[in-house]
Amino acid sequence: MAGLEFVGVRKTYPNGVRAIHGIDTTVSDGEFVVIVGPSGCGKSTLLRMVAGLETVTEGEIRIGERRVNELEPADRNIAMVFQNYALYPHMSVFDNMAYGLRNRRTPRDEIARRVAEAAGTLQLEGLLDRRPAQLSGGQRQRVAMGRAIVREPEAFLFDEPLSNLDAKLRVQMRLEIKRLQRALGTTSLYVTHDQVEAMTLADRLIVMNAGVAEQIGTPLEIYDAPASLFVAGFIGSPAMNFLPGTVAGDRRGVDLDGSGRTLSVTPPTSVGRGGVTVGVRPEHLEPVSREEAVLEIAVELVEALGADSLVHGQLTGGGSGALVTVRVDGARQVAAGETLSLTVAAKHVHFFDPDDGRRLG
Amino acid sequence: MVENRPWLTVLSHVVLCLGVLVTALPIWIAFVASTHPADSMLSGRTPLLPGGYLLEIYATVLGSGVKAAGSAPVGMMLWNSLVMALMIAVGKIAISIIAAYAIVYFRFPLRKTCFWLIFITLMLPVEVRILPTFGVVASLDMLNSYWGLSVPLIASATATFLFRQFFLTVPEELAEAARIDGAGPLKFFRDILLPLSRTNIAALFVILFIYGWNQYLWPLLVTTDEGFYTIVMGIQRMLQAEDAEPAWHQIMATAMLAMLPPVLVVVFMQRLFVKGLIEQEK
Ligand SMILES: Nc1ncnc2c1ncn2[C@@H]1O[C@H](COP(=O)(O)OP(=O)(O)O)[C@@H](O)[C@H]1O
Ligand SMILES: [Mg+2]
Repeated sequence: MAGLEFVGVRKTYPNGVRAIHGIDTTVSDGEFVVIVGPSGCGKSTLLRMVAGLETVTEGEIRIGERRVNELEPADRNIAMVFQNYALYPHMSVFDNMAYGLRNRRTPRDEIARRVAEAAGTLQLEGLLDRRPAQLSGGQRQRVAMGRAIVREPEAFLFDEPLSNLDAKLRVQMRLEIKRLQRALGTTSLYVTHDQVEAMTLADRLIVMNAGVAEQIGTPLEIYDAPASLFVAGFIGSPAMNFLPGTVAGDRRGVDLDGSGRTLSVTPPTSVGRGGVTVGVRPEHLEPVSREEAVLEIAVELVEALGADSLVHGQLTGGGSGALVTVRVDGARQVAAGETLSLTVAAKHVHFFDPDDGRRLG
Repeated sequence: MVENRPWLTVLSHVVLCLGVLVTALPIWIAFVASTHPADSMLSGRTPLLPGGYLLEIYATVLGSGVKAAGSAPVGMMLWNSLVMALMIAVGKIAISIIAAYAIVYFRFPLRKTCFWLIFITLMLPVEVRILPTFGVVASLDMLNSYWGLSVPLIASATATFLFRQFFLTVPEELAEAARIDGAGPLKFFRDILLPLSRTNIAALFVILFIYGWNQYLWPLLVTTDEGFYTIVMGIQRMLQAEDAEPAWHQIMATAMLAMLPPVLVVVFMQRLFVKGLIEQEK
């Protein structure tokens, strides 16, 4: 077992695309770290550099203290699970799992033992003679996992391993991966663009944007204190509402909708006079009476999800007419056309610099 | 496509039957002619049913050839053709699959140039470069040998191109997974690419075997020793009998025999062949 370390890692592709702009972080032994970010932000590139499938342009990657920049993928003692599984189509499930071990000259009985064990863990026992084409999507996914497990590597690398599965199976496999990783205690680096997957799986998250790690932290740290507008908008579902706020003259409150009503909250000292971007999560907006409200929306659309409903509406009052989403109790009757009066607790208000998107405070 | 118009069905069947007739009738006549004595073909009334000399005529032809034309035994020519066709088919496949592997999976200087060089040779079949090629083969002392018969025909842009196209459809992740699994380039080629190309290889083998078998001009040029005559050129030589009518019955028997191996190859490899042409194994 071993941790991973990134020291000033950069990547420029031969065609000049600069995919990674400098990543510095460590993944400790046994930790499950998820790299999350929108498509094209360089997640796969980073993972593939760890695997040895892409060269490192600048900086250093270490696996358990050992610099691996120049090592062949096979010599790095990692295992990778690909999005399309990359199972060998002409080999049986058994051979798919055994292939890497055979290439390492693992003794026959040892191979048989490890494959049997992995097959047991992954409920693949009856399928060992089948070809990948004769398996369902979920079973193929398991074989891909099995191929990684039997190698007993120092680190697992996952590149969007669940995105080819249907929604229900995805949830199920997500739990299974987490359970397996806990049981094996193997350091894991997991790439996904799905923030729900990221939040549920990660011990620690790396939120990436355009080749930069925007924020690194535990899921709750990131949820509670997103470091930038980008992170705030990306993590959490539905996404955080951003309102153009105005700090009151006495710095005792913030006007969220230009109506003159102020939410009494003391903005951090780094917030200057005038405009500030205020972030409020949909689940933190509470419907209240008109008198207590700090903002009001004209309801446009209600999505009833059962346990709760998502209410989408436009800010009324003198202000910007920004679109706002509110998560309300499913039992509450809200209809399009209504006006919904809302408030938010001061501790759930986030302030961002309207110019560069940095978190303030 | 589901069509339900009776007259269309009738029409298409008529057309198909005509097609079969046009293709099959000459073969049938050749077969019939090879079972009658020589003179019944020349008597003016072509028989339409097989005669009784089948075994006799075929045995003569196979064992000693067409005496009147002084030809080599057909059995030997069949063997020569078989060796040549196999060498060409196997050689073409081996060389082109390796060339395609290099072009698709390795980054080396002038990779594109190499590909285009190979591609350009499509425009240079044997017939176009026959004199210089003959010169090369002659100076390498390969006249009257199996190597001389096959080597100049072995380079194949078509097969290289087909393998290249197939390799491009193999997901890149497969090569990456193999790399992580500790398979070097040769191991990846042998353990993964080759088995995946199985049906393509079979389809190409059928096509290339027939191509090799049907070579006419080149064997005619490079062989002067009867021991290396091939069957396709041999048939032509049988017609050049001096001072005698061509022995049509024996020539027809030889033609029937010459047709047999390609037919057998197609029949036995049909399943793989069709698979290779229409389906990529998932
Ligand atoms: N082989 C490559 N050559 C050139 N550019 C590439 C290559 N692979 C990826 N890129 C570019 O690098 C950036 C990051 O890609 P990638 O790491 O695949 O993103 P992600 O996995 O986050 O969707 C993208 O802009 C992509 O176009
Ligand atoms: Mg990706």
